[in-house]
Amino acid sequence: MAPILVVVEHADGVVKKVTLELLTLARSLGEPAAVWLGPGYGDTGASQLAEYGVATAYVVDNSDMVDFVVAPKTEALAAVVKQASPAAILIASSAEGKEIAGRLAIKIESGVITDAVAIAPDLTATQSVFGGSTIVHSTVTHGIPIITVRPNSTAPQAAATALSRVDVEVPVSEGARGAKVTGRTAATKASRPELSEAAIVVSGGRGVGGPEGFGVIESLADSLGAAVGASRAATDAGWYPHQYQVGQTGKTVSPQLYVANGISGAIQHRAGMQTSKMIVAVNKDSEAPIFELADFGVVGDLFAVVPQLTDEVQKRKG
Amino acid sequence: MGKRMKIAVCVKQVPDTWAEKRLRPADSLLDRESAEGVLNELDEYAVEEALKIQEAHGGEVTIVSMGPERAVETIRKALSMGADAGIHIVDDALSGSDALATSAVLAGVLKDRGFDLIIFGSESTDARMSVVPAMVSERLGLPQLTFAQKVDVNGGTITIERQTDYGFDSVEASSPVVVSVVEKINEPRYPSFKGIMAAKKKPLETLSIVDVGVAAGSVGTSAAWSVVADFAARPPKAAGTIVSDEGTGGVKIAEFLATNKII
Repeated sequence: MAPILVVVEHADGVVKKVTLELLTLARSLGEPAAVWLGPGYGDTGASQLAEYGVATAYVVDNSDMVDFVVAPKTEALAAVVKQASPAAILIASSAEGKEIAGRLAIKIESGVITDAVAIAPDLTATQSVFGGSTIVHSTVTHGIPIITVRPNSTAPQAAATALSRVDVEVPVSEGARGAKVTGRTAATKASRPELSEAAIVVSGGRGVGGPEGFGVIESLADSLGAAVGASRAATDAGWYPHQYQVGQTGKTVSPQLYVANGISGAIQHRAGMQTSKMIVAVNKDSEAPIFELADFGVVGDLFAVVPQLTDEVQKRKG
Repeated sequence: MGKRMKIAVCVKQVPDTWAEKRLRPADSLLDRESAEGVLNELDEYAVEEALKIQEAHGGEVTIVSMGPERAVETIRKALSMGADAGIHIVDDALSGSDALATSAVLAGVLKDRGFDLIIFGSESTDARMSVVPAMVSERLGLPQLTFAQKVDVNGGTITIERQTDYGFDSVEASSPVVVSVVEKINEPRYPSFKGIMAAKKKPLETLSIVDVGVAAGSVGTSAAWSVVADFAARPPKAAGTIVSDEGTGGVKIAEFLATNKII
């Protein structure tokens, strides 16, 4: 049977959570196979993949994959697709994941769907568009469906199997080696989870009042093991770095829990968080549209409510 | 750079960022008439970056847009910011084109015009796929310098800071290149009155798909490689519990989270 090919996201030899979600989803569609692009495949990664039901791991252990932007990964993936003849290709909906999907679609002449939140056994993808206001079902009608899937769309579940490694040699073309990575810079941030992948996101907006106000937001986030987000009002004002912006012109998140503090809930912001599984809001203004989305809301001063919540979370953790 | 630098900026007309968007029941396409059409916000940063590069290094900035008749307003907006010329690809056959077809049309326009830099916004606020810059790079076989939060031009060497989840990567390539820029790379200028008047006289080329070497059968709804099977408004959310803080608001949230096994 043709496998469902999952492109592995990994860092330091460890498979990222989003890939475990995609493998779980792939098992509901068929037999999962994995593609590991770049160096780092070892015992850790192999045992994670086996635990999540991967029988075959295609490994392209070639540093061009990480030394040049996207194009080598796409060439390698196209070569693996040729070898594995999959029924579908699943890629995480990260910025780079979508770029790989787009380029691959041209290379293998196939349709592409981005930002799926679910995939049915007949490969119909569900998307949540226009800030979550509309649910769309789409299908690929030409070639091998390439579907990028949003993090937090599926709860990862293990189903161990025996894994075999297949090494794939891909001579990367000169043309694909045009954009060279000459350095990597980590932003100064604590050991918080990545915003787009986090199970819990705690965000601050205009009501936070200034950069120093984000202290209480960060404390709550850390007590919950959450990522920190910000509304456009806060990032535009320079209170919090732009890359943490949640919204139509920023990141889209759909965590298990989203805590919106001092955020009114304009469409610009809702577009980035409306599909969160559970939403808690704290805002001074009882008329704020964010309360229409909230499962639980408190009308009050966030500088009173949020620190109290942080203390309470700490207490309950013991 | 010895020769005059040629910069293209690809822009899209989209429904106003703040407007509610919806699909048309008849054909499942975005209803573009029900909201005001504006220059895609993220493309404003692309136009601004092109103008800044032009100010520092000289050269010419050309705005390229594919879209219906009224997308010409969007090109004029970019021209009024200071760009030199516009190219508008307009054709009834293009309605319903997917990203693959869009990238083919743009690549067709861009390929033989000798552009050194082709700049995009990192995504459109309507479709939000974020794939067209990468697709154009793939089709033209040019280096991909996408998600740039900073662009440096040094002769024929282009260096960017590519935004990543953990910070940024420094990436370098030789021109010609495809660049996409993220929000906040700069502060887009407002068109001046003089700029608006001048834009009316700037050269605007209007092309059909035949002019760009793309077959009518390869674009539009019927040629799309993915289709919308059906769509529906998201079911309204059940009303949540909203309480006023009377000194225990934080504790009440904690209780709610505990009941739902979050903590």
